[in-house]
Amino acid sequence: MSLIAAGVQAADVDVAITNLTHGSYFTPLLAVSHANDIHLYTLGTKASSALKSMAECGMLGGLVSDLDGNAMVTLNDHPLEPGATAMKPLNVMPTANYISVVGMVLPTNDGFVGVDGIAVPSKPGTYTYFLNAYDAGTEANSETLDTEMGCVDMPGIPVAPGMDGGKLGTGVTETEKNETVHVHRGVLGDTNPDGGASDLDSTIHRWQNPVAKLTLTVK
Amino acid sequence: MKRSIVSVCAALLALLLAAGCSDDDGTTPEPTQPLQIMYQVTVTNLSNDQPLTPLAVVLHGGAYRPWQLGQSASAGLEVLAESGSPADFLQEAKAESDVVAVAMSEKKIDPGTGDLVTVQGDMDKSIKISVASMLANTNDAFTGINAMAVGDLKVGESITVLAHAYDAGTEANSESAGSIPGPADEGAGYDAARDDVDFVSVHAGVVSKDDGLAQSVLTEAHRWTGPVAKVMITRMQ
Repeated sequence: MSLIAAGVQAADVDVAITNLTHGSYFTPLLAVSHANDIHLYTLGTKASSALKSMAECGMLGGLVSDLDGNAMVTLNDHPLEPGATAMKPLNVMPTANYISVVGMVLPTNDGFVGVDGIAVPSKPGTYTYFLNAYDAGTEANSETLDTEMGCVDMPGIPVAPGMDGGKLGTGVTETEKNETVHVHRGVLGDTNPDGGASDLDSTIHRWQNPVAKLTLTVK
Repeated sequence: MKRSIVSVCAALLALLLAAGCSDDDGTTPEPTQPLQIMYQVTVTNLSNDQPLTPLAVVLHGGAYRPWQLGQSASAGLEVLAESGSPADFLQEAKAESDVVAVAMSEKKIDPGTGDLVTVQGDMDKSIKISVASMLANTNDAFTGINAMAVGDLKVGESITVLAHAYDAGTEANSESAGSIPGPADEGAGYDAARDDVDFVSVHAGVVSKDDGLAQSVLTEAHRWTGPVAKVMITRMQ
């Protein structure tokens, strides 16, 4: 695909995500510019297998493959800490001037922060959006931490990056009522690090929507 | 002769705006109907385990408000938020001179599913849409949109918003057995007594027995944070 066609000019837009949570992390965030008809997820619809891998394990390979041909960038290489900001320039073509961003929220079972196709403003300036955490609907929110390596199709949470999770939780639930992509109901947690239902700490790992701030800088 | 037809038509147009203009000499144009506008309202349930009760949709002008944050809920909104029945709420709306049309959907909307209704009215008055629906597994939570401006939509265009949950403030959030009409309890719906703060607020969410409210019939699955529904309004005509 030619970068310059019929006088049409591509431009870099700075894409920044700030983690607004108190004690949760974002796995590498994928930012992509695309045409209006592309969606990484649709609320109220079942997640693709690529989205499931991202939401359950933070793996971006499936999405990157699905989105081949679109300009993409990973905003952070390591889990983005609470309060931190990750920013990268993203190439935006006039024919692909919508931006989507997704990344897993840790520690959750299949929660992700996302935005589905923001129209990039044409006027130079700084634009701010607040993002919700969504539940991919692909895994029950057990809130138990996995004790062995592996992730896809395992029932628990791969890791609590703050190293502040508990163990021996019996599991908050084994079912997921809404199996489509929906707004995440938040984590429950408990105050027992060596048992209880949840391996998450209710005084550290809870959050409310919105969980992130997206800043687009159009030059 | 031709000139007189043109001048008659021009005069009628000036008087009636979009009046029809006949080629036949001597016929009287039909009285004009105000131009009609039609909207489709689609609601998708984005909660995990809160069925949404049948939608109440109101097409209206600039003055009507289905509720006001910080103020007492109307009697109809109380019934809707406590029992899920939209009938009284829509009856109240119809009595307002500013309201053009009302509509309701038939069935509850389960999590991860959606439903739609259409409303139609005179173009010049139909500039705002309000929607209300109860979160069935609560005491008196509802979601919806409050007087969203839709007058600028062109045919085929749509607006999509995420809708939050509100607390009608008319029933204490006991979450106790017998007090919640949804499938989590199959309890009572509407009670005329107002045993809560008596103003509409943003809902803080349910507590649930999993989070330590011993008397609650709700579980962690019934919680939510942030928006609970996607509302898409499309201009059809």
